[in-house]
Amino acid sequence: MTPVAIVGAAETERLGRVPDASVLELNVEAARRALADCGTSPAEIDGIAGAFDPRQVAHVLGVRPRWIDGTNVGGCSFLLHVRHAVAAIRAGHARTVLVTHGESGRSRVGSPPRPPDPASLPGQFEMPYGARAPFTRFTLPALRYMKTYGLTAEHLASVAVAQRRWAAGEPRALRREPLSVDDVLASPLVAHPFHVPECCLVTDGGGALVVAGGERAAEARAVPVLGAGEALGAPLIAQMPDFTRADVAARAAADAFEEAGLGPGDVDHVMCYDAFAHLPLMGLEAMGFVEPGEAGDLVAAGGTAPGGSLPVNTNGGGLSYTHTGMYGMFAIQEAVRQLRGEAATQVRDAEVSAVLGFGGMFTTASVLVLGWDAGG
Amino acid sequence: MTGTPVSRSRQPLPEPVATPQTAPYWEMAAAGVLALRRCSSCSAAFHGAVDCCPECGSGATGWFAASGRARLYSYVIVHRGEGGFTERTPYAVAVVELEEGPRMLTGISGIEPTPESLVLDMPLQVAFEKRGGYALPVFAPAEGVQG
Repeated sequence: MTPVAIVGAAETERLGRVPDASVLELNVEAARRALADCGTSPAEIDGIAGAFDPRQVAHVLGVRPRWIDGTNVGGCSFLLHVRHAVAAIRAGHARTVLVTHGESGRSRVGSPPRPPDPASLPGQFEMPYGARAPFTRFTLPALRYMKTYGLTAEHLASVAVAQRRWAAGEPRALRREPLSVDDVLASPLVAHPFHVPECCLVTDGGGALVVAGGERAAEARAVPVLGAGEALGAPLIAQMPDFTRADVAARAAADAFEEAGLGPGDVDHVMCYDAFAHLPLMGLEAMGFVEPGEAGDLVAAGGTAPGGSLPVNTNGGGLSYTHTGMYGMFAIQEAVRQLRGEAATQVRDAEVSAVLGFGGMFTTASVLVLGWDAGG
Repeated sequence: MTGTPVSRSRQPLPEPVATPQTAPYWEMAAAGVLALRRCSSCSAAFHGAVDCCPECGSGATGWFAASGRARLYSYVIVHRGEGGFTERTPYAVAVVELEEGPRMLTGISGIEPTPESLVLDMPLQVAFEKRGGYALPVFAPAEGVQG
């Protein structure tokens, strides 16, 4: 198939607390930086995607798109945007697509209000029980997983520890101070069994990507999209088919690897959505990097940390780098940096990266396989 | 005016609002019955808001009274409550597997919300918590329920 690549990528200059920028401004700043990253003018952009409001972003930038994707299925939306953009470019619906993210997750500047809807499914069957914030719902499968596979509190804590070790080498990470398993277990509980360091940060920031095909996909810093997948599951967490397995991630990964003609053994670097510490464990298993129940031992032994056999979440992830609320954009950004050889925590000879995003708890997942197929 | 007590504004706990399709669920709950749907085509039982079978797509489903027996499938103990739930912390958000098969998210009553008390797979029995004009199905340890 015609190669299509991420040709431009950038984050907002500041991440963390950015009280002087609205959601729209964060989207636009990220877009302008991604355009500058690949020497592209707004006039060249003919497709726009984003989970906030691509209409406003396009208008402010002076982009006149003939292809629009406003998909918002939660934190993995940007992975879907990339997949949809690749298809649109191959279909001739657009030539150069801009995907933007900006979110004032901490400062809530210019953020659309999200009033609870008491007649919605969550409004009737979750919120009356005090289950609304992600830490009350996304976390629910953990104890069942722990009982099924004998995962311990120390295993869970080791996810936060491994990622903090990566963050120590990433100057832009919000949390860089050393962290031990004992530190994690001595921290306040947010929702048992999750302590503060096992729950993501809440930050402001943004990021954007430029996706293009043709000659642009062969540029030196272009990162080809080898395969992608997306999958949808139950909107209510209680109806997730199996609490010990992220089936949506498994389905999305199967499609992504099939399209890429690659398997987990070909992957050098992984980004695995980590709003909470159990997600990298369930994600690694769902994507096929380890057998069900084995991820905890891999992480506790340092296998995903600096120097390990499978580098995972090398920016520190949502737990230590940044988490605006819809983290998927930052997972893609770090994969692009690693594959370009421009990451602060550069993994040697990284040629293939797999990126997993979740959205709306375990309702949606998407996987991107990025890089170069050594055999092709 | 001095001497007026400063009222601590207590945020109310959220109430559900029934839709036409879920009204029977909440009416049965108010009568002390946990309702499930059953598909008249394939007999699948499900905890669903809409008249559509998730197994076969049939729109011919009806309500029936579940036994109210369940086992504790998974949970979290929330220490950082939002809104009106701030005063309830720590409290459990649980997922139970009903005897008939479907799972539902719920609250736990009649037992301390501690990891020691809440043991996965423990048998539970439905109970009802009044919330405004509604009765919320929650679950209590099965042995603690009087017939």
